Amino acid sequence: MNAEVAAATAAPEKKEFWRWQENTWFDETKNWKDAKIITCGIDVGSVSSQAVLVCDGELFGYNSMRTGNNSPDSAKNALQGIMDKIGMKLEDINYVVGTGYGRVNVPFAHKAITEIACHARGANYMGGNKVRTILDMGGQDCKAIHCDDKGKVTNFLMNDKCAAGTGRGMEVISDLMQIPIAELGPRSFDVDVEPEAVSSICVVFAKSEALALLKAGYTKNKVIAAYCQAMAERVVSLLERIGVEEGFFITGGIAKNPGVVKRIEKLLGIKQLETKIDSQIAGALGAALFGYTLMQKQAAK
Amino acid sequence: MITAGIDMGSRSVKVVLLEQIKVEGAKEPSFAVKKAHLMMPGDLDADQAAEKAFDTALAEAGVSRDQVKSVFATGAGRGQVAFATEGVTEMTAGARGAVFMYPQARTVVDVGAEEGRGIKTDSDGKAVDFAGNEKCAAGAGSFAEAMSRALQLSLKEFGEASLKSDKSIPMNAQCTVFAESEVVSLIHSSTPKEDIAKAVLDAVASRVCAMVRRVGIEGNVVLIGGMGHNPGFVQSLKNAMDVEEVLLPELPEFVSALGCALIAAERVH
Repeated sequence: MNAEVAAATAAPEKKEFWRWQENTWFDETKNWKDAKIITCGIDVGSVSSQAVLVCDGELFGYNSMRTGNNSPDSAKNALQGIMDKIGMKLEDINYVVGTGYGRVNVPFAHKAITEIACHARGANYMGGNKVRTILDMGGQDCKAIHCDDKGKVTNFLMNDKCAAGTGRGMEVISDLMQIPIAELGPRSFDVDVEPEAVSSICVVFAKSEALALLKAGYTKNKVIAAYCQAMAERVVSLLERIGVEEGFFITGGIAKNPGVVKRIEKLLGIKQLETKIDSQIAGALGAALFGYTLMQKQAAK
Repeated sequence: MITAGIDMGSRSVKVVLLEQIKVEGAKEPSFAVKKAHLMMPGDLDADQAAEKAFDTALAEAGVSRDQVKSVFATGAGRGQVAFATEGVTEMTAGARGAVFMYPQARTVVDVGAEEGRGIKTDSDGKAVDFAGNEKCAAGAGSFAEAMSRALQLSLKEFGEASLKSDKSIPMNAQCTVFAESEVVSLIHSSTPKEDIAKAVLDAVASRVCAMVRRVGIEGNVVLIGGMGHNPGFVQSLKNAMDVEEVLLPELPEFVSALGCALIAAERVH
């Protein structure tokens, strides 16, 4: 038995390789105190929660952290994480919009908006008004969304019945291989020959299959490549059901995994529109932008 | 004459050694199960696990390899048993073994670690139709296993807990991965463990039942495969299938290996 099989099959010490690092960012060139309207979007997802601050319709800062076992606390902590760093208080924020599966549990939100609408709006900001097809790959669901040049949703499809093609599947592989999730993508390209995709759709079966591949002599990187390919094929079949229009953009945690993204692009034959913004905040960003639009409408009355 | 049946499941290897014995005056050949041996592969490779399980069964039965006339293999990993003469499908082996144990059985429900299936059989133990899950773990043992882990109960405690409940809580999630989150949220909402255990086993039973209905429930029903050890599941299955009785072998996980050994014996002639 080789060392990699031993490592994967032995009961390891309880270490979670699947978690993304929490992070905070804000635009240091600006001062939020100069803004007329400050809005906030909070996306309480199944795995991570994001709070985004928008000053006068421009992204100012965000904080991304793990969702705990309590949605109101996760929402509060996510926002507190950025407010503390920039010396902001809840009273300074004009409008708060909640989104994500825990959106109704954001206690200080003025409004809740579905994550589908928010992701489209966020993608429109991040990728520009050319964005028409959005793939949102979250922790426990996967959505294909069509939108117009304003970021308004025109159609969507989602897979929320089965964990195949969602971030959860990648997390399982990350733990199985004992490799931090952020390293999976780059490592998936470190193979001599691109392997066949893992054939199982179900995450439970895919895990067994991945173990069997290790036993059959595959390197960890090769197994990861086979899984990334399987995931790409899975989400592309979802995308094909709704149809892919030019102006393609990927949001959600899995968008940070180039191992999946590059393979999706290859299968589709189109590249996604580029952005410098963290794809994981798309939903919260969209929510904050909706808040800004609502404030503007109120001011106009 | 001794033959062997090896069932290479996704989680465990089952070996049955079968001796054909002569009974005075009997027309049909009679058989005696010499030895049954189960081994979890754990960190072993499939072929190593098969070798080891076979050797252990032989040693325990006091039989040498030369005495075994023929070895047949079944199960998902049957192709990996290097020393097997031939492979038979799980449906063929399961039906044969089940009808050997219960000649009146016509519907065989086989629920193992990663598969669940319904098999329709004739009076000779020949599978005539089947339906199974291949794409999704929701109708199989690993679903129940994942939930018992979430509930921090052993599989035995899990089955027993389920029998203590008379509540019917629907499980919304079909996917094993999502159901785990659902179970955790049920735990957080202070739902008693017994009720959650029953909800989980009802969900597996209803999935399995849907598969069996595709081939039709006919005559007596026999349950084989490792999930037969879970009394809560057996009860849930009875309810889901709306049958009064489910025939349950004492060692349900060995039935396919037994069927395999029987087929090996029949093919020698």
